Amino acid sequence: MAAEIVVDVTKTFPGRKPIRASFRYPVEASTVLILFGPSGSGKTTILRSLAGLEWPEEGTIQFVSRTWLDTGSRIKVPPQDRHIGYMPQDYALFPNYSVAGNIAYGLSGLAPADRIQRVTEMVELFRLTGLEDAKPRELSGGQQQRVALARAVAPRPQLLLLDEPLSALDAPTRSQLRGELRGLLKQLALPSIIVTHDWAEALTLGDVMAVMHEGTILQVGAPQEVFSRPANADVARVVGVETVVQGKLIDAREGLATVRVAEVSLTAVMNENVGSDVFVCIRAEDVTLEPAGAGLTSARNHLHGTVSAIASLGALARVTIECGFPLVAVITRSALTELGLTVGASVRASFKAGSVHLISRQ
Amino acid sequence: MNWIAIWVTFKLASLTAGALLVIGLPIAYWLAYSTWRWKFVIESIVALPLVLPPTVLGFYILVAIGPHSPVGRFYADLVGHPLPFTFEGLLLASILYSLPFAVQPFATAFEQVDRKLIEASWTLGLSKVKTFFKLIFPLSTAGLITGAVLSFAHTLGEFGVVLMVGGNIEGVTRTVSIDIYDEVQALNYAGAAKTAAFLLVISYLVLLLVYAMNRKVWAVWPQK
Repeated sequence: MAAEIVVDVTKTFPGRKPIRASFRYPVEASTVLILFGPSGSGKTTILRSLAGLEWPEEGTIQFVSRTWLDTGSRIKVPPQDRHIGYMPQDYALFPNYSVAGNIAYGLSGLAPADRIQRVTEMVELFRLTGLEDAKPRELSGGQQQRVALARAVAPRPQLLLLDEPLSALDAPTRSQLRGELRGLLKQLALPSIIVTHDWAEALTLGDVMAVMHEGTILQVGAPQEVFSRPANADVARVVGVETVVQGKLIDAREGLATVRVAEVSLTAVMNENVGSDVFVCIRAEDVTLEPAGAGLTSARNHLHGTVSAIASLGALARVTIECGFPLVAVITRSALTELGLTVGASVRASFKAGSVHLISRQ
Repeated sequence: MNWIAIWVTFKLASLTAGALLVIGLPIAYWLAYSTWRWKFVIESIVALPLVLPPTVLGFYILVAIGPHSPVGRFYADLVGHPLPFTFEGLLLASILYSLPFAVQPFATAFEQVDRKLIEASWTLGLSKVKTFFKLIFPLSTAGLITGAVLSFAHTLGEFGVVLMVGGNIEGVTRTVSIDIYDEVQALNYAGAAKTAAFLLVISYLVLLLVYAMNRKVWAVWPQK
């Protein structure tokens, strides 16, 4: 049997649309799967079902060669027997145990000497040296997050499940810890499933991304693919950002970065330090379209191109412009008519430097 | 003061509190975590001694452990003497009478333990029993002490049940509250006053301890 997780479940909550999820995910590659969706989309329910904390009324969950859930033959493997690492949204650190006590909590099966050694390893790996005896309430948000992750991975689980791993942190800490978490996940080389509604997190942490909306998985693919080529209008609405392309950072000074994408140079505002390889993300709503010969504006980026596709979104239209890379703009239908845009027409696309988001790529 | 009655009373109250700490835990755990839809039926039975007149409770216990009931006969065959009007019979009655005073604080303490902590413990491979002893129990100490102390204090002052089940045997089942009643019947007000004051002070000190312990600032760790 292939080393993969096969999920096909239905879970109903009173008064809400049933959550139906069906997907396969290979585990041998130690890839990170992102379950992406707005709150209420059912992504946390799926994660909790994988952890054995939620019981779908119907369906099966298969992990490699083991059946974790099969409602047909009444198989229900409890969380204790799944050997998973689970990190809930607010970390749920045990208040009556120290940092070391939290990390050692799941290690009761080890001999005392091995347990001490494992805790020491974790403390070093998660940079918690000196905090071993601190109680969780004495820690900063970032430290709590590292303790929770250390506690989850200390028993060497076969699968790591993270529920909104960074959402309990304030925004500056969050962007700083995104990269750090990616590094740790790669170092741990554990198959992981992460629930998030933050596209920056999805791009930074994910290898594969599943978009959920109203209890259904709409699209599965590489995060960059999903963001830049949403399968349908629902996905586009859920993911929000439409242009995600790979770029190279050429220059950074005075808070402005110059990024090369294909043959085009873009100006972006630097909010945080990024490596030289970046994802360049532009929200479709931030792109304005003008006639090809328009004059100067305050926007730093002006790109000339031709319209390659137009899709209707009701009162809005989604216009794709080929300008060295495919750039997506969302404009009103009336603007579309006034500008006389049709496929093949020349157009100038403008967007401010602040609308260009740069995300580090490993 | 009747020191023998005081000794019997304290022995009875301590054993009752101790027994409830053992018997009350599984009942409270079940009440706190069961999702059974008819749970309220059991909850009401546990709370019954709160509203039932002690004489009614005492009467049923007396009948249940008396020589005409199977339970009473079984006990008499086993031990050689019947349960009513013995210290053991009185202890059994006290345990039932104080059950809600122990079980309700225990159950409340268990319910207050964050569900997410319990789930985290399960995913770390700890069984429900291990999770109870490593996590729920230490996080509920304030409620456990409250329940034990309240059942102790409640037993100190019981009268009706003692009279029905224990009778009034010096050194065996005569407790402080019965002693006070006897003194008043004998018009010995001075003796009754001393014993009553003693019981008042002890009861107040016990409640002082309970309320002091449940003050948030003194809690073992900050409540959320």
